[in-house]
Amino acid sequence: MKVGELSSVWRESNHRYRLVAHKCGNCSTVYFPPRDICLKCHRESIGKMKEFELSGKGEIESFTVVHDVPPAFVRQRPYFLALIKLDEGPTVTAQIVDCEASELEIGKRVRAVFRRIREDGKSGVIEYGYKFVLQ
Amino acid sequence: MTEVHIIGAGETKFGELWDRSLRELAVEAGLRAIEDAGIYSRDIGILYGSNTLAGSLNWQNDIGSLLADFSGIASAGIPAIRVESSTSSGASAIREAYLAIRSGEYDVAMVGGVEKMTDIYGSEILDVVSTTLDREWESFFGGTAAAMAAITARKYMHDFNVEKEALAAFSVNDHANASKNPNAHYRSKITLETAMKSTKVAEPLNIMDCSPVSDGGAALILASDKFAKSVGKEGVVIKSSAISQDYLALHSRDSLYTINSTVRAGRTAFEKAGIKKSDISFMELHNSYSIYGLLEIEDLGFAEKGKASDFVMDDISLTSPLPINPSGGLKAKGNPMGATGVGQAVEAYLQMKGKAKERQIKEPKYGLIHSISGTGSTSVVHIIGGE
Repeated sequence: MKVGELSSVWRESNHRYRLVAHKCGNCSTVYFPPRDICLKCHRESIGKMKEFELSGKGEIESFTVVHDVPPAFVRQRPYFLALIKLDEGPTVTAQIVDCEASELEIGKRVRAVFRRIREDGKSGVIEYGYKFVLQ
Repeated sequence: MTEVHIIGAGETKFGELWDRSLRELAVEAGLRAIEDAGIYSRDIGILYGSNTLAGSLNWQNDIGSLLADFSGIASAGIPAIRVESSTSSGASAIREAYLAIRSGEYDVAMVGGVEKMTDIYGSEILDVVSTTLDREWESFFGGTAAAMAAITARKYMHDFNVEKEALAAFSVNDHANASKNPNAHYRSKITLETAMKSTKVAEPLNIMDCSPVSDGGAALILASDKFAKSVGKEGVVIKSSAISQDYLALHSRDSLYTINSTVRAGRTAFEKAGIKKSDISFMELHNSYSIYGLLEIEDLGFAEKGKASDFVMDDISLTSPLPINPSGGLKAKGNPMGATGVGQAVEAYLQMKGKAKERQIKEPKYGLIHSISGTGSTSVVHIIGGE
């Protein structure tokens, strides 16, 4: 991890710890990761994007088993990375944990859990956020 | 308005070039292009330097100035600007140079693409390359370029009932062509079986689905009608140039396997060129991962969605009706990111000039060059050839 990422870890904690999305006050579209501008309403959405907590429930849109992993993920190798279509609309990129690769299938229901995401060696910062488990 | 002519092209060998530095590679490619064009460096109006990751790979920024300085044009005051649009930087730089000449502001523009990737060791390169994704919402959670391509590949194979062999076949073709390209990173032919059984990277993709980490440089000299005429140089015309955009992160896109930026850039490129798909004699496609090669064939309009596998399994070799990646493509010629798009154009130029030797395609009419950023956020399409 680079030093500059420390503040971003703190800054994004609401979104990464509790799946807090943004909802357009104009058209009610939900965005996660949060956006300050609604993709449909554009300037009409300025100042109208409100925080909105997601249920954390959704289904697997697609997934992969990652073998060639960056340094911060070596202890998790191999890990399962997926695109999860959340019930409220948005799709997120996240890991699926606590299961075998053979249990993963496109369309399976999952729910979000709070987990350790990555760590910077033995003495560095540990970063937390959402992962998903099979429902 | 003037046409834009490619009047010179040059490149270095692509590969793990431990003894060559970023600046050496850039200068070598640049000098070859200048020599090929038969011009002098003082003829150059502006230099567009293309590079993707030098800030992270080599701790060097201001690549425009570096290239201008060491290619000996800085003292003449010739401006140099770096163009960065992730893995499509090379194609974007060509487009900027094209626009500079098209506008009438300059008569000669140079494009120099370079990437020096092997100065970083082990898996750290994955961290750096992952910065081409959305850092906070993809790579933070373990997303790598290969993982995102794999997620797309699985969904595509699932929805269209496509076998993994079709992806592997794309890489087999790349290696076959690269075996005839002395500048290619890998000159070894591979079989479908080897490709299928190679080391897993991110399932369903294995190492033979992934472009390598390469060093390399490539350069082009672009000129106006007036300049090309004045030096009596018959180049190759850039018939059209198009660029389009989509969301940065894969999870924000409308589809996991339709690259909208490619659909739009491709459509615009054909409209502007005023030609038909059947006029294209060969394509250089951006197969950083094999799956993208298939998607691009579809998104550029050469096969229906989900049907590129038939196209690839049929024949895409040098002697087929529409050869793909005569250079050896990103998989086998190599993928030195900032140089990649420029290198594709070098190949297209050689093909059009009948200078591609062993891998020469018979009487090409038009060539299509295509490049994407990361998982498809930006797409750039150039069509070259014709009158």
